[in-house]
Amino acid sequence: MEHGLPKNLYSKHILELYKSPKNYGLLENPTAEITETNSLCGDEITIQLIVKDKKIRDAKFSGSGCVLSLVSSSLITDKIKDKNISEVKKMDKKDVLKLLGISVTPSRMKCVMLPLEAVKKALG
Amino acid sequence: MEINNKTAKLLRKDFPIFKHNSNLIYLDNAATSQKPQQVIDIIKDFYEKGYANIQRGVYKLGEKATELYLNSKESVAKFIGADAKEIIFTKNATESLNFLSYTLPSILKKNRKEIVLTEMEHLSNLIPWQQLAKRNKMKLKFIKLKKDSYELDLEDMKKKITKNTAIVSLIHVSNSLGTINPVKEIIKYAKLKGAITVLDAAQSVPHMKVNVKDLGCDFLAFSGHKIIGPTGIGVLYGRMALLEKLSPFMFGGGAAKSANFNQICWADIPARFEAGTQNIAGAIGLGKAIKYIQKIGIENIEKWEKKLTAYALSKLKEIPKIKIYNSTKNSSGIISFNLEKIHPHDVASLLDSEGVVIRTGRHCNMLLMKQIGIGGTCRMSLYFYNTFEDIDALILALKKIVKKFE
Repeated sequence: MEHGLPKNLYSKHILELYKSPKNYGLLENPTAEITETNSLCGDEITIQLIVKDKKIRDAKFSGSGCVLSLVSSSLITDKIKDKNISEVKKMDKKDVLKLLGISVTPSRMKCVMLPLEAVKKALG
Repeated sequence: MEINNKTAKLLRKDFPIFKHNSNLIYLDNAATSQKPQQVIDIIKDFYEKGYANIQRGVYKLGEKATELYLNSKESVAKFIGADAKEIIFTKNATESLNFLSYTLPSILKKNRKEIVLTEMEHLSNLIPWQQLAKRNKMKLKFIKLKKDSYELDLEDMKKKITKNTAIVSLIHVSNSLGTINPVKEIIKYAKLKGAITVLDAAQSVPHMKVNVKDLGCDFLAFSGHKIIGPTGIGVLYGRMALLEKLSPFMFGGGAAKSANFNQICWADIPARFEAGTQNIAGAIGLGKAIKYIQKIGIENIEKWEKKLTAYALSKLKEIPKIKIYNSTKNSSGIISFNLEKIHPHDVASLLDSEGVVIRTGRHCNMLLMKQIGIGGTCRMSLYFYNTFEDIDALILALKKIVKKFE
């Protein structure tokens, strides 16, 4: 068994995003909203969206979590803005990992996938 | 054999996991313990040289296997001060507790409709009783946790256990906080009120002297894998006078003396509670594990873990902005803590990259976490093969993490 994480799991760009995430907060008039719980630790992430003409116009997230779930929330809410619903629904694990730019151990995949799963649920 | 830092290192040589993972600092013993060569060998030997089913064949190989199985039961019984006939082998503590939640109702008095647990129960000692309460229209009550000391509120205990209490089931040592509960006192009070008493001893039997007669409990459950035994083998102790009243939980071969199309004569106790071919190799492995522990002496293990725990606590306190959740008076080698503003998962992943293994999250203790008002903790848990250096490695890694997040 080898020890050690991929070196960049807690790399500078990830930690910086963690300290000042984008899109953290609440929307005034969300058209869709969902709170998802991480079964591993019980953390909750709330995603709010404004959807108009089958496009995501705005997205914000709130709640508490680990570095990986918060950074993933920040990156995903940023990525989905101005995208068609159908495009967002097609996003998967690969897209999330590409956004993060790191490799993640299997046990922590739940943390990074939570926000995308929440977005998809909110879109119905 | 007295354990000190030097002898702990020698004992560790018995555990091949550390040979194959030379940098491993294993501090997750409350989740499961590592296995010594002696336990691995006896299981391998049994399969290679002596394997047969037990209590069935009249040939020598089968008789020898039966003897090994029963000897293991004898070792377990002696270890906890019981009679071998009072030991039922199960899969683990969870199965033992589930067994009780299904078999006890038939012997409960109709006017007793309450089950008393505590706010620090593991899900394995919560869900079975919750489901029983649902099935039989009973009520659950919880002995409160004192939030300042992380100990049970014994005044509240006296309010919760009454003449309406059917069962009192509680955790001996908290798997999250490490608190050693005053179970002898609680059992005594419960008995006074006429309740049946059950002890979840998964975190106590591997680490301290536990004697069922001294504690006075009616039932006690623990898992083999937490006491350097294999997975898939656990123990349910039951006081003979009560076992005699219980019906079997599962039905099948070995549980009956004789059977015809509509009648059954149960086998003797405990065979009637062990239907089907048992985890024979697991039982033999557990027997060996207990012999290994007895050779060191459980009291010596307890003493060493106390020293390590005191050292760990003093060192942890050096970490800036750490919050430790432990009872100052009655603490085992389980320590829960949080670093301010750093999520437990991040702590665990970063510790892992330094070779230090701990557990994080809710530890199957959702109730307790809610009571304390936190999402989860980082939990380190010790065993006799841990050393001062293991703790130093943890502390060094924690200091690095704090710095990284500054």
